[in-house]
Amino acid sequence: MKISSPMEIWKYLPGTNCGKCGEKTCLAFASLLKERKKKLEDCPPLFEPEYADKGKNLAELLAPEVREVEIGVGARAMKIGGEDVMYRHELTFFNRTALTYDVWDTMNSEDLRERIERITKWQKFYVGTFLNVDAIAVRSVSDDARTFAECVKAISAQTDFPLVLCSFNANVIEEGLKEVSDRNPLIYAANENNWKDFLDIAKRYEVPVTLFSPDLDMLNRLALTFSSAGVEDLVLDPGTYPTGKGLEETFSRFVRIRRAGIEEGNKGIAYPLMSVPLTAWIDGDGDKAEDALSSSYWEGIIADLFIIKYADIMILHSIEPHLLIPERTLVANLYTDPRRPVSVEPGLREIGNPTADESPLFVTTNFALTYYTVESDLNSNKIDSYLMVVDTEGIGVESAVAGGQLNAESFKDTLESFDVESKVKHKTMVIPGLAARLSGETEDVTGWTVFVGPRDSGRIPGWMESNWPPKNAH
Amino acid sequence: MPKEVTIADIMRVLEEYDVVELDDVRIEGDVEIELSTGVAVPPSLINALQSSIGVQVSPEVTAGERIENLVEAKFEVAKAEWNGQIEEVTIGASSSDGGTREKTVTIGGEKSLPFYNFDYQMPHPPVITVDCFDISIPLAKAVRGHYQDVMEDPGEWAKKNVHEFGADMVTIHLISTDPLIKDTPAREAAKTVEEVLQAVKVPIVIGGSGNPDKDPEVLEAAAEAAEGERCLIASANLNMDYERIAKAAQDYGHVILSWTQLDINAQKTLNRYLFKLGVPRGDIVIDPTTAALGYGLDYAFTNIERMRISALRGDADLAFPISCGITNAWGAREAWMKYSPIREDSDWGPAVNRGPIYEIMTGLTLGIAGGDMFMMMHPEAASAVKRVTQMLFGSEETADKEIMIKDWVKWKCK
Repeated sequence: MKISSPMEIWKYLPGTNCGKCGEKTCLAFASLLKERKKKLEDCPPLFEPEYADKGKNLAELLAPEVREVEIGVGARAMKIGGEDVMYRHELTFFNRTALTYDVWDTMNSEDLRERIERITKWQKFYVGTFLNVDAIAVRSVSDDARTFAECVKAISAQTDFPLVLCSFNANVIEEGLKEVSDRNPLIYAANENNWKDFLDIAKRYEVPVTLFSPDLDMLNRLALTFSSAGVEDLVLDPGTYPTGKGLEETFSRFVRIRRAGIEEGNKGIAYPLMSVPLTAWIDGDGDKAEDALSSSYWEGIIADLFIIKYADIMILHSIEPHLLIPERTLVANLYTDPRRPVSVEPGLREIGNPTADESPLFVTTNFALTYYTVESDLNSNKIDSYLMVVDTEGIGVESAVAGGQLNAESFKDTLESFDVESKVKHKTMVIPGLAARLSGETEDVTGWTVFVGPRDSGRIPGWMESNWPPKNAH
Repeated sequence: MPKEVTIADIMRVLEEYDVVELDDVRIEGDVEIELSTGVAVPPSLINALQSSIGVQVSPEVTAGERIENLVEAKFEVAKAEWNGQIEEVTIGASSSDGGTREKTVTIGGEKSLPFYNFDYQMPHPPVITVDCFDISIPLAKAVRGHYQDVMEDPGEWAKKNVHEFGADMVTIHLISTDPLIKDTPAREAAKTVEEVLQAVKVPIVIGGSGNPDKDPEVLEAAAEAAEGERCLIASANLNMDYERIAKAAQDYGHVILSWTQLDINAQKTLNRYLFKLGVPRGDIVIDPTTAALGYGLDYAFTNIERMRISALRGDADLAFPISCGITNAWGAREAWMKYSPIREDSDWGPAVNRGPIYEIMTGLTLGIAGGDMFMMMHPEAASAVKRVTQMLFGSEETADKEIMIKDWVKWKCK
């Protein structure tokens, strides 16, 4: 956005401090707009005739540096782009990289159905929520319009996931598009040869379109041509070369395009970027690589690089869990708002319906990630228990043991501060396996019985079977 | 100013007069015709327009203007200019410098962000040092298989890292010195260090157990035993007697690892203490702490990225090569646990496939943030990170395979 202080925004607001946005003053609202924590729509007066001009000007000033493009419709629709910064600590990254997995039009219907099922049903629990992947890319391997259209039709009957229709053949794209013209799919891709046809299609069907060229002059020309023709929902694919010099140059293209868009305000190229880590699977002959595991790792490597710098959408091939899990987790990590706190409140939590005499007391740190992991493991496995959260200054167990934030004294302080003894009558605590070395000293200092739990809270259910209730219960 | 005429206007006029063909009509000046969507253009009009103003309108196109040429443009973007430069640090000493290493390793020296060769060529690629331990330790199954035969012998372990797994360096972790593990005396730990130095000719990192009370004594003895070899002593930390460790590193000619926990200010503080003790800038590597993918990697990434950017902007307190303990990736349960403890999760697949990619992604991610040295464990993970960072560094002049990405859409997988 082109704004550097809340005061600049404030000039465009009604200045009545009416409170309809939920803030006490227009200035407070202005600073939240600056941080992108509130939206213009939260200020209803701005949309009244009296302020309409100001509202319109402000909308332009607040527009993100990188254009935001929507793909799909309804609840499943996703936004990509819309970024304002080069480094997440400068503000935050906003619209997470859309992970898109491929299917192709030469698959038999049974394989297709099963693959779609696996992609769309995949989920992984992470910090309080389930992660999913974002979209499906349909590749026309047949290069036959009818075959492609039938494949797209079958997919759209099975799922409402956003689609990316992939072919450099405009006829093929158009036939496919006819099947899902009301689903706002992304079409892929216009290049220097076929751009006229793609431009026509994008205009007639009003769908977002990808432009492909590893030659950045050409990519820039394509983008300017499309935008000057009124087609502005663009995604740019500067080509993903998976190895060697080509990879080094690919990395350079992604960074330089984003730099031009964000740091230099070059609107002509400030569109969402697409990377295609799937290219890691293609060798010189176009056959499947011999060693599927190594190729899958290489695809993960290319995904890692461009999730970080600066792909807004990517097309991937492997749907093996050993890739889906880390890829989606990395996206979650990078797109987490760094402004959120690292730590949770220390204290004593109750999981389920614990009883003072029989339920175990587990101990963990107040590092948010550790805490949520332990808490979800206990909840998911329905273990009625107490969870004592020690203030380790937001540091995880292993590091806090090494750094001295987690020690016998901090256990003692926490027991006393939160009067744990009045709630947990058996005076037995289960410390993390990674803090095993503290067990003896903690017994001496606190007078409590200390059990060493598993090194990972995911193993608490198994640990409970052999260790709880204690054989020599007090 | 001429009035703007839309195609609809022309159509209305033409239809009104029942015109089928226009003869001898010339339109001068810039012609801009916008055909709005949904307007059916009769073929007669297309013919009329084509003959009259020479606009090529394909008859199949029922709506939409046909632009004939791409807008001319050149893509340009400035190079990033930074004031600062990262310190260049050499680890290992060859015979000419009073050591016995056959090769040395130099890291740092950057004047740009990692792999931003378009701004300023990165001077040295990141290096990988592979871990070994002075005691048999519990390891994830995917890792254990590679080291089972050498776990009782640190010298053999180090050799395997170098000769079989191509490690640039070896890290010997003296974890058995921890009073709560085996309380191995410092003297004995020093012998282990000598053994490793005998076994391999690459530079080594000497790591303590992490026990803040015992480490100063252990690392001092190890530094003495390795005199002149210019090892990396890991590490000095604010909560221990870092002065004793720094002094030992200086007295016996080593580089010191300055370790803090995800705290940029603590890192500056510790580095300043080291300067005060007289440690030369060329003898410092920093470790801002590595957290695993999914378990704080975002903090580690941003912490390292911020440090590197501050350093490039001129903050001399932070302008040091960065070491990352990538082996920490194995702390992520997804790296080793057989099944998901969460019932509703989709199948996790074989753990043995997950572990290496967790280590790879943790390593590469921190490499992109600013890491210069990776302490790693799984051989395949180490070689994959090595390979990709070499490529990004620019070691390869050509693509190792000509890959036709222009045809990727039609790629046939089995």
